[in-house]
Amino acid sequence: MNSPASLHGALGLSDEEFEQIKAVLGRDPNHLELALFGVMWSEHCSYKSSRLHLRRLPTTGAHVLVGPGENAGVIDAGDGIAVAIRIESHNHPSAIEPYQGAATGVGGILRDVFTMGARPLAVMDPLFFGELNDARQRWLVEGVVSGISGYGNSVGVPTIGGELTFDDCYSANPLVNVLCVGALPVERLVLGVASGVGNLAVLLGSRTGRDGIGGVSVLASAGFSGEDGAASIDEAKRPSVQVGDPYEEKRLIEACLELLDGGYVVGIQDLGGAGLVCGTSETAARGGVGMDVDVTAVPLRELGMAPYEIMTSESQERMVAIITPENLAAVQAICNKWEVRASVVGHVVAPTVGADGVTRAMLRIRDGFDGEILAEVPASALADEAPLYDRPRERPDWLDAVLADDPTDDEPIGSPNDDLLDLLVDPAWVYRQYDSQLFLNTVVGPGRDAALLRLAGPGLPASTKGIAISTDSNPRWCALDPRLGTALTVIEGVANLACVGATAKAVVNCLNFGNPEHPAVMWQLSESIDGMAEACNGLNLPVIGGNVSLYNESGGNDIDPTPVMGLLGVIDHLVAPPPGWNWRDGDTVVLVGARHADGDVPFPLGGSRWATRRHRRGGHLTGVEPGALHATLPFVTGEVASICAGHDSDVTAVHDVGGGGLATALAEMVAVTGIGARVEELEGHGELFSEFPGRFVVATNDPAAFSARAADVGAPVAVLGVVGGERLTIGNAVDLSVEEIARRRAGALVDALEAN
Amino acid sequence: MTRVGVVVFPGSNCEYDALAAMTSLGADAELVWHSVTDLDGFDAIILPGGFAHGDYLRPGALARFSPVMEAVTRFASDGGSVLGICNGFQVLTEAGLLPGALQKNRGLTFLCQPTTLVVSSTASVLTSHATLGQELVIPINHFSGSYTCDDATYDELIANDRIVLTYKENPNGSRGDIAGITNARGNVVGLMPHPERAMSTLLGSDDGRILLESFVTAPIASFVL
Repeated sequence: MNSPASLHGALGLSDEEFEQIKAVLGRDPNHLELALFGVMWSEHCSYKSSRLHLRRLPTTGAHVLVGPGENAGVIDAGDGIAVAIRIESHNHPSAIEPYQGAATGVGGILRDVFTMGARPLAVMDPLFFGELNDARQRWLVEGVVSGISGYGNSVGVPTIGGELTFDDCYSANPLVNVLCVGALPVERLVLGVASGVGNLAVLLGSRTGRDGIGGVSVLASAGFSGEDGAASIDEAKRPSVQVGDPYEEKRLIEACLELLDGGYVVGIQDLGGAGLVCGTSETAARGGVGMDVDVTAVPLRELGMAPYEIMTSESQERMVAIITPENLAAVQAICNKWEVRASVVGHVVAPTVGADGVTRAMLRIRDGFDGEILAEVPASALADEAPLYDRPRERPDWLDAVLADDPTDDEPIGSPNDDLLDLLVDPAWVYRQYDSQLFLNTVVGPGRDAALLRLAGPGLPASTKGIAISTDSNPRWCALDPRLGTALTVIEGVANLACVGATAKAVVNCLNFGNPEHPAVMWQLSESIDGMAEACNGLNLPVIGGNVSLYNESGGNDIDPTPVMGLLGVIDHLVAPPPGWNWRDGDTVVLVGARHADGDVPFPLGGSRWATRRHRRGGHLTGVEPGALHATLPFVTGEVASICAGHDSDVTAVHDVGGGGLATALAEMVAVTGIGARVEELEGHGELFSEFPGRFVVATNDPAAFSARAADVGAPVAVLGVVGGERLTIGNAVDLSVEEIARRRAGALVDALEAN
Repeated sequence: MTRVGVVVFPGSNCEYDALAAMTSLGADAELVWHSVTDLDGFDAIILPGGFAHGDYLRPGALARFSPVMEAVTRFASDGGSVLGICNGFQVLTEAGLLPGALQKNRGLTFLCQPTTLVVSSTASVLTSHATLGQELVIPINHFSGSYTCDDATYDELIANDRIVLTYKENPNGSRGDIAGITNARGNVVGLMPHPERAMSTLLGSDDGRILLESFVTAPIASFVL
């Protein structure tokens, strides 16, 4: 409960939380202190509804250098190189102001990664919008894509992939997730820790303004009240959206990396959500030290800002570095070179003994370092001690009826030719607007199964390793069964990495869900986390970071559960490109992996794109037979990795069977090569469009040799047909010209965006 | 060994890529900060891609006032080889070292994609090793890459064989399909595509090598002459 009329209620705190704050302080908080708690105890900063559940995820591994809880997860990739990865959401800002919302999402994730000492090397953007027959959705798509393009290209980090999903459940609450990977020499790893009494906290970057105040609490931790998601989307929340400046960020990145190279920094933290209070209280709490912050030392963009505004502003392109006093001149010199503002705003101080005799590391906000204390709060109370909620969870009672309405049973077949053409979407209109090549690392860029990069960059030790990244989600599956749906999504991600020869090493996740105060949403979240844990345990994959975005609702309607999995893989020797989808005339087309789903129904259609297009959103989700899966994934990975290492192979093309099923995978290969294929009759209509993961379309010019290698490791192989000709035929079901497939796929997105 | 300086403005972002390309061709390449006023000792200068000074006002408009540009102008008038790639081309036009201007792409969106270029003149430090009519696959990566100029300039470019590269299929609406031009002397070249991104078949194309090899060896060649 909260009392909207009260001050704490207006700051997003419940009555119970207000009582807890009074207990922590042993007195009533003043206005400023209450504002600090309001942002730090917000759902967005504190994960108070999800943290109890997230503890069930596996997070360790011999190669994990930094797990969840820091600014980014980090693994040791070998050759003296560590890889940092992080994923976040910028959903609500993008719903209100798509260009700036998406742009500042990119900026924030970059800071999280270079905070660890890593140079950001690549960004990926999973995007979810409503269907494009609505003008507002077209406006959102164009705004978000141009925001990512405008900011990401200018800041100088390539955007190498992502996802594009259209579904009406996102029409009033689009999702804009952003993932960043960076790399660093292992020894340069730094953490966001303040230590050393007498050290200085230096604020780097932009001046602080009134933009983004309450972004984490007012905006990110509440739903939209708009009934129709259009005109009534809350205009009043617009001042909570931040404004980005990629040129400032670019100089900030270069300055921070030079500071780290020079060894001038004890700890460093970006200022994103909850601004200065978050940056100072988190670094102090991690270091077990106090921090005095002088609000008058913070360079301001405008006059008359109150201390609470200065402390909670989410102005972009700012960092806090903890340095020793003797390095101040050197830090100033580097910042001057890069035209980056640097101001001492804090002093690291010893913990203090309170009136109760207990020693605490306090965050003190002061009017001048020797001036009046405006706020005095235990740093850990803000950073770590938000209440944790085990909110009520309940399997929704409507779910049984949804499951029973299974399109596998009774949906008419219709015209497979038309259905297939309708499922083809080339996202090139989006990714052509992104610089996907900077740093000369992009071996496989956007629009394929996974992105593949050389593991190289300025300042890194020489290596022939590569890293692969894939972002995957399937809200259609997760709506039916959040546990199995999330587990299958993880498998789908591992399969995508296999297509470029990389072995999965770590997972990050962005859990986009509805209102956690709805028991059905909490049940979905909890189930989804369990499914992720099961899949990751089964595949021996650590979860090294994540972000939870709740309150994705509008007018009381929650989005479908949308856990996005970011998979990071490593390939040991990358000297030649993987085969991609480039099959050749005369090749044999084979299906690798379990031909049938694991259960009574060989080709389930529940949760498929095919069924969803027919407005059939029900049905049962079916899993994958583990034995076939555990033989198939390493087999395909090894086949491709061998090609990437420069060895000859009979394999000419590899493509994961994903959304849209087998028919869609085949048509995509036809579209990019301009070469058709003749595929024998499948086992039924369901096999065209069923989507269960762990299957691959492979083209080989020596099917006997290929099948023998697969048999050696127990990976199932079925011959489907032959590459060649100017048509794609699949038994008697599909017969389409190459030209029509290519034209429909290329035009689908452009035509929809240009419709009026 | 050719000594190549790669100029870094605040906001440049292709400087390391240009450096890597030069190094892979055996050049002795180093970064040159934009406040430098003396380019003595360099055989060739590259203005790399990126967003110099944030592209504030318009691309290249502020970078032309960076201290290094006076030195680049002197270097060019002394016959030194100067190459502007993408944003570097924009800077060269703003600085008056090359004529014309780069305006927004015809489709009003940023474009990152492979293009096929046609070598239209070999009378420049960038194209001397290529053959006339040769087709090269090299990516573009720009928002303001549509070359434009007045009629007199265009006629002059044609008459003096100063259009060095054209697009086979024009992606941005540039006048005469122009992708790159040179000055009258052939020692200052600007182009919108990124030859440094086409140095390895691992990354899709190594057609950029022939251009950058020309550029790296040009100073030595002219010295021998």
